[in-house]
Amino acid sequence: MAKKMLHITVNGRPFEVAVEPFHTLASVLRNELNLTGTKVGCDMGTCGCCTVHIDGKAKLSCLTLALECEGAQIRTIEGLNEGQMHPLQRAFAECGGSQCGYCTPGFIMKSCELLQKNPEPTRDEIKAALSGNLCRCTGYMKIYEAVETAANELRTKSVPAPVKV
Amino acid sequence: MPIVSGSGETRNEHQLNKGIWSEAGAPVANPFNVIGKRVPLKDAYRKVTGEGVYADDMKFPGMLYSRILRATKPHARIKRVDTSKAEKLPGVRAVVTGADASNRFGVLPVSQDELALARDKVIYNGEPVAAVAADTEEIAAEAIWLIDVEYEPLQEFLKPADSLKEVAPELQIHDKVEKKHPNTNVHKAVDQEFGDVEGAFKSAASIVSGEFKFDGISHGFTEPHAIVAHWDADDRLQLYTPQQVPHYTHRALAKVLELPMHRIQVIRTMVGGGFGGKSDPFQHEMIASLLSMRTRKPVKLTMDREETFLTGRGRHPTEGKLAMAFDKSGKLLALDSNIIIDGGAYGSFGVVSSYYNGVLSNGPYWMPSFRYHGKRVYSNRIPSGAMRGHGSVNPRYCTETLIDMAAVELGLDPCEIRLRNFLPSNTLTPFHRFRITSNGIREGLAEAMKRSDWKNKWGKLPYGHGIGVGCAWYISGSALPIHWNKLPQSTVHLKIDMDGGVTIHSLAADIGQGSDTMLAQCVAEVIGCSLDRIHVKSTTTDTAPIDLGSYSSRVTFMAGNAARKAAEEIRTRLAAAASKLTGQPAQYFDFADEQIICRSKPSIRVSFMEALHEAQADIGALVASGSYQSPPLGSEFKGSNAGLSPSYSFSAFIAEVKVDPETGFVQPLKVWAAHDCGRALNPMSVEGQVEGSVHMGLGQALTEQMRYRNGQMLNANFLDYKIPTPFDTPEIEVIIVESADPEGPFGAKECGEGALAPVIPAIGNAIYDAVGVRMFEVPMTPDRVLKAIEAKARAAAK
Repeated sequence: MAKKMLHITVNGRPFEVAVEPFHTLASVLRNELNLTGTKVGCDMGTCGCCTVHIDGKAKLSCLTLALECEGAQIRTIEGLNEGQMHPLQRAFAECGGSQCGYCTPGFIMKSCELLQKNPEPTRDEIKAALSGNLCRCTGYMKIYEAVETAANELRTKSVPAPVKV
Repeated sequence: MPIVSGSGETRNEHQLNKGIWSEAGAPVANPFNVIGKRVPLKDAYRKVTGEGVYADDMKFPGMLYSRILRATKPHARIKRVDTSKAEKLPGVRAVVTGADASNRFGVLPVSQDELALARDKVIYNGEPVAAVAADTEEIAAEAIWLIDVEYEPLQEFLKPADSLKEVAPELQIHDKVEKKHPNTNVHKAVDQEFGDVEGAFKSAASIVSGEFKFDGISHGFTEPHAIVAHWDADDRLQLYTPQQVPHYTHRALAKVLELPMHRIQVIRTMVGGGFGGKSDPFQHEMIASLLSMRTRKPVKLTMDREETFLTGRGRHPTEGKLAMAFDKSGKLLALDSNIIIDGGAYGSFGVVSSYYNGVLSNGPYWMPSFRYHGKRVYSNRIPSGAMRGHGSVNPRYCTETLIDMAAVELGLDPCEIRLRNFLPSNTLTPFHRFRITSNGIREGLAEAMKRSDWKNKWGKLPYGHGIGVGCAWYISGSALPIHWNKLPQSTVHLKIDMDGGVTIHSLAADIGQGSDTMLAQCVAEVIGCSLDRIHVKSTTTDTAPIDLGSYSSRVTFMAGNAARKAAEEIRTRLAAAASKLTGQPAQYFDFADEQIICRSKPSIRVSFMEALHEAQADIGALVASGSYQSPPLGSEFKGSNAGLSPSYSFSAFIAEVKVDPETGFVQPLKVWAAHDCGRALNPMSVEGQVEGSVHMGLGQALTEQMRYRNGQMLNANFLDYKIPTPFDTPEIEVIIVESADPEGPFGAKECGEGALAPVIPAIGNAIYDAVGVRMFEVPMTPDRVLKAIEAKARAAAK
């Protein structure tokens, strides 16, 4: 199969990259653009580790063919901390929401989408939003705490809004 | 008296660890500066930003990609392997087969039964047979299907019952089997009997027994196996691997590759979860190394999720027949335990598992007589090994279920019967002489009962709604190392140079549990510096002194003690420097908040940096070494070393569930988890370990099972192998019990493994309270629960 040109904007930076038609967005981000913060845990849409934002929506980059993203705006975990760390990132670190860390970028990207849609989620709403992400270390308790802490900070303190792409 | 978190108590005279008394001799709430604080993990910011580097994130110039061809038969002779077509595929740089490495290896010196790649025969469906290194992953993936393998099927051993049968020696999976059972596939048999077991059963007021069955389960870490091997220009092997135990891999690589150890550097990458599943030396580590030595290029090998399941080493499928005897007051008289564990294709940690399945039943209750017949069999299934709570989890379910049955029979509250039998603190168990130091299990159970409102719930909730209890204990590190030698089990080096940075060198593997942070806290506490000064280098065998790694829940106790000792040496030198600068005697200094303070005249003080530069005069960087070796422990009979530990953790859990009698579906509502970790060096991490253990235990209790057909795993993916999602995981309330161990660093014991075992019986016993059925098969899936409910209804109708 011949490679095709893909034009995408990732974390605000435009890229033009030749990709195989069968390559997933996860593999292009990781292998072509060196954005290895996006993790691949199962490569079949069952663990949520590879969650990124495609045109503002949290999607599984392992189930998305790269060429489907022609012209799209992509945001990855590396795009959350431009200038300073996103409150979600800080909260995951400081509440113990990350142990081995492999699922963490996916959880943070999914939580980020949730807080954009719903700045004050209940525990059940957080659970529902994160139900497609697996964590084997934390038992999820500290992840919920982190999301609640970040939500609180985003609502009550004058922190810069998450980077818009 | 141990301290229970949230109970409003303060510390008291039982906490005899150094430094916990105030000047006036009165107990103080937290005498430490860094210990006991909720500290974020040292590597957390790298993890939340995506900066952390895992093996599959690595890229090297000229790097090749590897794929493994795996066996498609459970047990078969390899008649022919033809790699010629694969070798001719453009972009293929090397192909290796079993012919390229003949030395056997394995984590235990007594079980050297693994090969880098199968030779002569394959012994499980999924075993590596050949591997390719190519310019791209796609070429490598295409090339392995061009390799022709011709098999001649051999008799398959897919159930423990088959493995126990006598067979002709040439049909054995491995040549070497248990001496007591020649011409079988029994890997290891353990037979122990202590006290008057027969007499105890004869005199008992209550005898309870059951036949239990457990499916195999998998660690389910989120990072699939991935490594990079690089045979570099200096003719040295650099192996980047997410290893829990870099040292054993180092040894095994030297053996298989026939290289001196110093020609190999093992570099631990970030570990995306281990739980015991990354603690064996692995075939893929050998394979990538062989390919790199052949091509002189870096070779990356990343498995997919299915291969990660096939690599295995999870909890053994287990069958047990157990019986316990009690007197009429509920005092435990005897345990008679017969357990068969399915080891799968290799030995792995199995000799240890064989012992642990029996001997770790000698707690947390006083055991007046004990009999254990345990067998580990080889089979043509995915290799079993060590998994969180190694060897203790399945038998714990059995004994905790039986104790519950006895309580019902004797008309006792299940918590009460446990309280009547707990081991005291500061004792030796009668037969194995396990040394119990601090023990906060009574306080833990009392607090869990209080918070769960046990007395108003047990036996009183409506049908379909129940509450249950489970208790456990676990080793804080195996007291005996796997390799018998005179080296300490943990060594930590410290270096402080003029820049004021404190570098900790250790080979204790941070696998997400936070051991780097723990080491930093231990050092910071002793020398009074801020945590920011401390940098932990715990990844490379070239610079780190040997540590036996992250298994058997040993790191906090052993590496923590080694770090503390190294820091004490530095502290002595800083104190001498402070003395020189101030004219005050060196023994009168306190170290806190970056200051070295004269105890009698606190206005006299020097800063950490001043004292450091004075101490460095003429000698340069301060370096110190600390190490830990377990004290002599235990009995003298054969096999008495298994289960010995310098200290034991204790836990008491209560779980509340709802059971739908129509579907058999079990919904856990809440788990109260009291765990005695001696001292919570970092309460946030302790809670994280306990919550994670509860989550993993719930998975084994309710949903996780490795299913097979004809020796092939049917559900090697996260869709069909069901790890609890946020929806399946109830609220977990962690109760930290601090009993202050006399030898643990600052009083700490383990907390990462022991907290798993009690979850499963707490759920099982809660199901009994809810719908009146005993579950003898784990996981307690809806079909099994429903079957038990229906059987009970049929029996009642008769």
